[in-house]
Amino acid sequence: MTKEITITLNGEKQSLEVEPRLLLVHLIRENLNQTGTHIGCDTSSCGACTILVDGKSIKSCTMLAIQADGKEIITVEGLATTEGLHPIQEGFKENHGLHCGFCTPGMMMRAVELLENNPNPTEEEIRWGISGNLCRCTGYNNIVKAIQYAGAKIRGDELPSTEPEFV
Amino acid sequence: MIKCDTPKEIGGMGHSMKRKEDDRFIQGKGNYVDDIKLPGMLYMDIVRSPYAYAKIKKINTDAAMAIDGVVAVVDGKALEQYNLHWMPTLMSDTQMVLPTDTVMYQAQEVCAVIATSRYAARDGKEAVIVEYEPMKPLMDPYKALNDDAPLLRPDKEGKTDNHIWNWKAGDKEKTDKVFEEADVTVKEQMHIPRIHVASIETCGCVADYDKVNNHLTMYMTTQAPHAIRTVIALVAGHVGLTEEKIRVISPDIGGGFGGKVPVYPGYVIAIAVSFLVGKPVKWIEDRSENLQADSFARDYHITAEMAATKEGKILATRFKILADHGYTDASANPSKFPTGLYSIGTGSYDYGASYMEADAVYTNKPPGGVAYRCSFRVTEAVHAIERITDRLALEIGKDPAQLRMENFIKKEDFPWKSPTGWEYDSGDYHAGLQKAMDAVGYDELRKEQAEKRAKGELMGIGISTFTEIVGAGPSKDFDILGIKMFDSAEIRVHPTGKAIARFGTKSQGQGHETTYAQIIAQELGIPMEHIQVEEGDTDTAPYGLGTYASRSTPTAGAAAAVAARKLRDKAKKIAAYLLEVSEEDLEWEPGKFFVKGAPEKSKTIQELVFAAYTNHPQGMEAGFETTHYYDPPNLTFPSGAYICVVDIDKETGQIDVRRFVAIDDCGNIINPMIVQGQVHGGLTQGIAPAMYESLIYDDDGNILNGTFMDYLVPTAVESPSWETGHTVTPSPHHPIGAKGVGESPTVGAPPAIANAIVDAMSHLGVTHMEIPITPFKVWKTLKEKGAI
Repeated sequence: MTKEITITLNGEKQSLEVEPRLLLVHLIRENLNQTGTHIGCDTSSCGACTILVDGKSIKSCTMLAIQADGKEIITVEGLATTEGLHPIQEGFKENHGLHCGFCTPGMMMRAVELLENNPNPTEEEIRWGISGNLCRCTGYNNIVKAIQYAGAKIRGDELPSTEPEFV
Repeated sequence: MIKCDTPKEIGGMGHSMKRKEDDRFIQGKGNYVDDIKLPGMLYMDIVRSPYAYAKIKKINTDAAMAIDGVVAVVDGKALEQYNLHWMPTLMSDTQMVLPTDTVMYQAQEVCAVIATSRYAARDGKEAVIVEYEPMKPLMDPYKALNDDAPLLRPDKEGKTDNHIWNWKAGDKEKTDKVFEEADVTVKEQMHIPRIHVASIETCGCVADYDKVNNHLTMYMTTQAPHAIRTVIALVAGHVGLTEEKIRVISPDIGGGFGGKVPVYPGYVIAIAVSFLVGKPVKWIEDRSENLQADSFARDYHITAEMAATKEGKILATRFKILADHGYTDASANPSKFPTGLYSIGTGSYDYGASYMEADAVYTNKPPGGVAYRCSFRVTEAVHAIERITDRLALEIGKDPAQLRMENFIKKEDFPWKSPTGWEYDSGDYHAGLQKAMDAVGYDELRKEQAEKRAKGELMGIGISTFTEIVGAGPSKDFDILGIKMFDSAEIRVHPTGKAIARFGTKSQGQGHETTYAQIIAQELGIPMEHIQVEEGDTDTAPYGLGTYASRSTPTAGAAAAVAARKLRDKAKKIAAYLLEVSEEDLEWEPGKFFVKGAPEKSKTIQELVFAAYTNHPQGMEAGFETTHYYDPPNLTFPSGAYICVVDIDKETGQIDVRRFVAIDDCGNIINPMIVQGQVHGGLTQGIAPAMYESLIYDDDGNILNGTFMDYLVPTAVESPSWETGHTVTPSPHHPIGAKGVGESPTVGAPPAIANAIVDAMSHLGVTHMEIPITPFKVWKTLKEKGAI
């Protein structure tokens, strides 16, 4: 048994026949071959699969594809525009906010919504804001810096230094 | 400031160059193993044992085979027909690929379901019915040695008990004598718990066997692609899969930390199935399988002792270890020492006697013994020595920083011979600790602590001044299945002066594409952005032993520098020819050779490379490429001085890591941004076992925290804002004076945190706390000591 759904993925509207039990993350990765969204756990704990559904960050391993019917989805592949990288992507690169890169797409998608709601978050607000996303490599210091940098860029403020404080 | 010999446009050593690999990762264009999709690919899922110890009575696959899309169910008996049901471990033990009669730990692979889709494979897995006859598992490593313990490995000929090996290092007689005569001796029993690397990407593979050409392409999450190729050839050579017919491709890896060194049964089953059906087979484990069945780390029970004079001169250490290896000895430990590098971990202190003895046993737990971001068991050693040093400070009433300062090996005493026979290459431990004390404001903190204690508040300051030991080889002490632990670099510079460099190592996030390019840029003067680094393909890269134990910079980084210097020598010959001078008349500055005293007469490296293809001297071999295999003469010895400050809430036992200052010395620095990033990450993987992580089993062998719901990987909230800095003591034997850094913080941080927490409660009579130190443990201890 399948059901027809229509979604907009990174600006492209498409209709698909899907099994009702198909997870949204599998729809995106396997049916639509957008593999930037990753899977890191089976308990909705790690956040590697975080995407934006109608502007809200959700863990796509915990949503069925049919629940996304009629919705607008943005994944990491949809962040950059013809103008260039999204500020959050630039923030991660400039501040060494990633090592292996596996948690990075989910972490960035979460940060996009965080900054949308709170364009100038404190360090503590950032740390709590990304506490549903696990990173095993970076120790989070530079992820915090990356999000602060992106916030400044979005606000049009002077950009903070990206030099390492390794003195 | 870190010294740079090259301008930023060249981007050699010391520049915080942004990472070359990031562009693909931030745009979702990384290529991890689960992203690989091949035509006709089948999916594999694995049925696992709910019991820790049981006989398999029957495997009924009828319902599974009836499911649409299920192609086959493979069990141990099926693999036995091809003699593929067993495999060797790195420690010359044996491990089941799939069992034929008995399961030995919970979550062990029982059989594999192959299907045309991921969902059908999972449906098939749920439909397989296995009948077991459960037995009482052996979970306590101490009980494993009892006479009445069940014999867990009757498959091993002549084996009459559960004892795996006994190993000793150091001088027992001398050490015992020092202990007998010493003014002061201290002793603590400690357990370094079983933990899991839990890289955010789990393990997996796509095995693609091409029947027509008898060729296997194995895409897999491996930290050591070449070693895996050799292992596959050794395991499957008898069915015709010989080494030239195997290509191992390690695509982007989502974190390794040692967990992606071993060969897991899933890889072998996928290869066997692809071999039998002639189609690509994908196996990707889920998180719970990863936590429950893949290699653990640590699990050492240690009795640590230290002897000293009453003034606090350290005289000797003694360690007794019981190692719980689970059902087979599958440590990822490519050294000739059964305890890996435990014996090297006698610390940063100048004393002459040490003895250690270790016994390993079998239990009904998963096998393993991987590093979890450290160099083969050095974390266990460092924890014991840094904890027992603090214990001594407490015993004689001396400040732990002062005690360390008085006992450090002096920088002029390097190279320094350790009491267990190792030679530390270089270090300046006094400078590191002083810098950390200044940064944290140590004296003021001690004053604040005294004031708080007077008010009944709990605050602690913990120090760890550790020496790490990384960079395996040298080949006299390290090998994998006899293959010596050198590493390699191949540099090919194209006629237009742009290069590709290939390595036998494999980054899992360390940033090799950037740092190796910087080493070559430093030596050859070619801008790092013009140097493409490639790893992880055994068909193209020179043979290497892979990335773990912080060995990439000490080995492959050295190989890159030496290979680049060989090419620079060739460039010099060409320059002498083109400029019509002798080689002695030439001088080098990054990017060009010029004539001494006539700097206007010069040739850039790009011009010289072009000439190597277009106008090379008669008799000289054309082209501009070379390969170097580097066998390190010694290990490298990075060090660190870490200070942790904690505040403890008496009512709840809640521990707040207020500050954590880490001063690392990894020798010369290739990229400060990346070194600092590695330190941050290592520190979070240090606080993890100190306060949050451990794999817990009940007496029936059930794992109690086998998912991310209850295995507590620190989030950004638990992870403090790390304060980092460095000192530079170059390695005297490494071509660029570097030492490696990725793992130091994970090795050094846990005892700093434990020492801080114990320090907060030491006035109440607390001398030791077992990690992970949870609020409940603290609260219970405070209750026991009558503090609340």
